[in-house]
Amino acid sequence: MGTLIWTTIGAILTLSVYSFLYKDNPFYKFAEHLVVGVSAGYYLVIYYYNFIDPNVVTPVFQLRLGDQPIGFGSGAWWLALIPGLLGLLLYTRFFPKVAWVARWSLGIYVGGYAGLGISPVMQARVIEQIGANALPLTSVTNVLIVIGLLGTLAYFFFSMKHRGILGVFARTGIVFLMVGFGASFGYTVMSRISLLIGRVSFLLHDWLHLV
Amino acid sequence: MKRTWLTFLAAAAVATSLLGAAVAQEAAPVVEEEVPREDVPLDTVAPAAPGALTARDYLDSNDAGDKIELDWELSPDDGAGSCDVAGYFLWRSRSASSPGEIVAELPSGQTHYVDRNLEPGAEYFYSITAFDGTNESAAVTCAPVAGRVNLFQTSRASILALMLVFFGLVLVFTKLAERGDELFVRRIPGLNAIEEAVGRATEMGRPVLYVPGIGEIDNIMTIASLTILSHVAKITARYETPLIVPTARAVVMSAAEEVVKQAYTEVGQPDAYNPDNIRYLSDAQFAFAGAVNGIMLREKPAANLYMGAFWAESLLLAETGFEAGAIQVAGTAMVSQLPFFVTACDFTLMGEELYAASAYLSREPKLLGGLKGSDWMKVVTIALVVLGAVLNFMGFETFVNWFRTQ
Repeated sequence: MGTLIWTTIGAILTLSVYSFLYKDNPFYKFAEHLVVGVSAGYYLVIYYYNFIDPNVVTPVFQLRLGDQPIGFGSGAWWLALIPGLLGLLLYTRFFPKVAWVARWSLGIYVGGYAGLGISPVMQARVIEQIGANALPLTSVTNVLIVIGLLGTLAYFFFSMKHRGILGVFARTGIVFLMVGFGASFGYTVMSRISLLIGRVSFLLHDWLHLV
Repeated sequence: MKRTWLTFLAAAAVATSLLGAAVAQEAAPVVEEEVPREDVPLDTVAPAAPGALTARDYLDSNDAGDKIELDWELSPDDGAGSCDVAGYFLWRSRSASSPGEIVAELPSGQTHYVDRNLEPGAEYFYSITAFDGTNESAAVTCAPVAGRVNLFQTSRASILALMLVFFGLVLVFTKLAERGDELFVRRIPGLNAIEEAVGRATEMGRPVLYVPGIGEIDNIMTIASLTILSHVAKITARYETPLIVPTARAVVMSAAEEVVKQAYTEVGQPDAYNPDNIRYLSDAQFAFAGAVNGIMLREKPAANLYMGAFWAESLLLAETGFEAGAIQVAGTAMVSQLPFFVTACDFTLMGEELYAASAYLSREPKLLGGLKGSDWMKVVTIALVVLGAVLNFMGFETFVNWFRTQ
């Protein structure tokens, strides 16, 4: 009986969201507001238990950092307070007189992640790609790969107008891009249809037991 | 003829029977007299200990200091003497007073082993014993050893080299831009559409909806989006057009508030800034999409700008905006979502055009320097690919292998 109630609620909410295909209506508004509210509360709990508790609360109040015990006598316990403090400083933006302090936290966050990301991005997206695509032109596949790569790079060259030989390569590049987009569109649509099949299966099998 | 066949079949049957009887007799078990177990003597003699054990830091130009290399001499009973060595136990400890734990059980005949996943710089004590299945020899120890981290990983020299080239190019062009030199950037077709879209919204008296994607603030697409948001906010502030910015991340909302407020202040319209228009909706992907769809249908923006990192919600947003009759301009570097934006939006900034847009619109020296630096980095990349392809064709793979860092 309990399962039937929750399944029915899920089915009603599913149909409420699908009613959006006709037009905006109170059922869709209710489902939309419900999911926004529930997800906000859900993520609040997720973020606390997955990030704040293991990285700030546990090291400081349980005096451990990972597997290593740390104590107020050692110099390491305050390390866990620094990111916690930076996070708290973000809330100063609610107080106009000290709102500028939040920029410190934001600057450290953005700058730190940008700096840490430079080396792995350069390795994965530039260096390894050069190594993988500098292919000998001994087969049609290799020729297509190299020409497609050079054409695409030429298309995204902004320092010169696309004229002459650069224009030829750029137009070749856009053709390769559009072929790639078409293939990507096709297989992504397939995966979206499979999501729809899952929902219809829920309605017809789990709820109505028709199939 | 028939009699001959019958005679042949009868003879074959008899021969088969005789053969089967002979095989059965041969397969019959031979019962031997059993020897009582208590008469078999147990092996109580341990094998001889292995020879000298040496341990040293594993020498590798890319070593992280977490490996120790060990060599030893075979036990005299390994392949000689009593010939009963079944293998060796390798022991490791963090102190000289304790034998520690067995880290490897090695077969007989082996004289070399590399111990991995150790703590760099920590001292380890090793010993080795030979065993024959019943008894274990005396332990042979060696001096303590610690692994050392190599200062430079030679397998990643190509990353350092190209990063230095890239940084150099960006610095040079940034200095040129700061000096006031004219740095040419070709016209990007989708950018003019942004101003047209905002103008259309102003004429219709309806708001502009700017969606900075659902990426976190550390996502480079989100950062580029916020730069474009600053430009859009200045235009809407000048025209006094409402600007709605829904976000899916709390920190992005904070950054968007800063950007929009700053833009309105620079244009001289600080009072027109409405913080309620910068909204955090939900971290959940489809809850965010549903809420943005609701904004589109209820507040009816005339222009929708999607700039940043999007995933599966891209088509939901773009299709709803299309149905609502808004002019739509999108920009993302998510290859999987570009097809949907190209299909459903009026103009699309593809891939690096999103990053170029922020430099093109703001004309900030640092952004222009970054754009020009990355442009000439593409020229370097093209040259390296062509050179690598030619050398590869000629059979010289060393050059290309230098870029394979994994």
